[in-house]
Amino acid sequence: MPISKVDVAKIAELARLELTTEETESFTGQLSSILGHIDKLNELDTTDVPPMSHSSTAGFEAEYARRDDVTRPSLGQRLATESAPESEAGYFKVPRVIGGH
Amino acid sequence: MELKGLTISSLRKLIASREISAVEVCREALDRIEQLSELNAFITTTAESALADAERIDRIAEKGEPLPKLAGAILAIKDNMVIRGVRTTAGSRILFNYKPPYTATVVERLQAAGAIVVGKTNLDEFAMGSSTENSAYGPVKNPWDMTRVPGGSSGGSAVAVAAGMAIGALGSDTGGSIRQPASLCGVVGLKPTYGRVSRYGLIAFGSSLDQIGPLANSVQDAAAILNVIAGRDPGDSTSSDIEVDDYSSAIEGDVRGLRVGVPREYYGEGLDPEVKATIEAAIKKFEELGAKIVDVSLPHTEYAVPVYYLIATAEASSNLARYDGVRYGFRAEGEAGNLKEMYSRTRDQGFGAEVKRRIMLGTYALSAGYYDAYYGKAQKVRSLIERDFRNAFTSCDVIATPTAPTPAFKLGEKTDNPLEMYLSDIYTITANLAGVPGISLPCGLSSKGLPIGIQLIGRQFEEATLLRAAHNLEQALGFDSTPSAISSV
Repeated sequence: MPISKVDVAKIAELARLELTTEETESFTGQLSSILGHIDKLNELDTTDVPPMSHSSTAGFEAEYARRDDVTRPSLGQRLATESAPESEAGYFKVPRVIGGH
Repeated sequence: MELKGLTISSLRKLIASREISAVEVCREALDRIEQLSELNAFITTTAESALADAERIDRIAEKGEPLPKLAGAILAIKDNMVIRGVRTTAGSRILFNYKPPYTATVVERLQAAGAIVVGKTNLDEFAMGSSTENSAYGPVKNPWDMTRVPGGSSGGSAVAVAAGMAIGALGSDTGGSIRQPASLCGVVGLKPTYGRVSRYGLIAFGSSLDQIGPLANSVQDAAAILNVIAGRDPGDSTSSDIEVDDYSSAIEGDVRGLRVGVPREYYGEGLDPEVKATIEAAIKKFEELGAKIVDVSLPHTEYAVPVYYLIATAEASSNLARYDGVRYGFRAEGEAGNLKEMYSRTRDQGFGAEVKRRIMLGTYALSAGYYDAYYGKAQKVRSLIERDFRNAFTSCDVIATPTAPTPAFKLGEKTDNPLEMYLSDIYTITANLAGVPGISLPCGLSSKGLPIGIQLIGRQFEEATLLRAAHNLEQALGFDSTPSAISSV
């Protein structure tokens, strides 16, 4: 199924990607081509097939995948904010959250 | 001391007997990395800490005390696994200056076993790619022919081992990223069963698909590394508590009566005829060793690429949401009007084209109105693919296929056509979807002198059988793994 430039713009917004005009152009073509190939899946009748989200032996439901809800030491504020492009007084500093342009 | 001529075990013996020092071996490896910098296999080298680790090993040897299992093993780590205080980029501009505050479990285990990490290897950005051309730090070159790709995404790791810069390496494999570059570079590469090796400290791409695994010059060395990194880790809830076998002993058995399944769907259209012939000759060797060749079918193989490019991209769109310029890495310059604008500019500038393409695809597949048709559908077909393997494994013990449809292609050859690049993952993707282990080992050279790899796939948690099969085949094939293009170095 081909995808339109409007769709691409909507997805880019959801994905927080400010695409250039060239990117919107080239991605529209490439994504359409890829989605065209993906449509192949519609050849299969999967009515009674259960979805698989992960390998069946992986531990999600297993007891050992859990631990008791006990507080343990973690990174700490200093280390956690150390790598930030902008930080102040142990907080991450960012542009205003609400409002703006 | 040429690393290509040694095994991890023989290197350890030489250090234990004081014939060579770990420091010497380390220095030579660092020199070689420097000499072969044109291959661009490494993003960061860790000379200081490597030499300090080497000195520690030498001191133990001096005292005549027993050395740890991987003592002196010069290893390279793909740059999507974190090491405390060491720049980790994931091959991306968005993490250009990131210094992690913690170390991946696999690296901790290797270092505790005496291995010496000499550096972080180049990769396709966020492990998304099959050629290592998607790196923000330049492409990696194949040491067999420097006009060609080494494969990807663990291209740097494959080259580090192939060119003798390290005796082993860690890579990660989400759709073939360990096995395919191993095949294109003439080395051994193993993707373990999903859940066999902890992903704690691996920068996530597709969390239900990712696995860390070894690249090495021999199955024996791959087994040795796997034994150290495998096993339950509380830091990764998907890591299994199924006991870790002694892989190093397991490989010593023979393969008489082993049933080797040959799936017809992997030998059809798109497979290079030279690759096909080389793989078939290798399978004949199995027969000579007493194994039984069985025809099997994996009927949903043709749907694997679409399934993968929905599931992996959906998971990636979620996993890469964290790269937003707030807590670490790159932040777009200039006054952003608001937070959302800062996110969007940072991500558009910080991510490369392939990453953006996949994030977009994944976001679309999960978006309202499309979720069931795309992601939901893909999950169901994934069940069918896993079922295919379970059925096949009732009549065979390992499955033999080509690893890649062709030998190494030219740099730039597939970069204009993303879909063509995706289709080249056809033989490796299925093992990630089904969660089964797969290994690639070199089985010959093409008429252009380029390595060809055979892939063996096993049942979940049966790495012991898989490695035994691979080891026996490797011994019978006697492949010389020295790359021709750099033989003068």
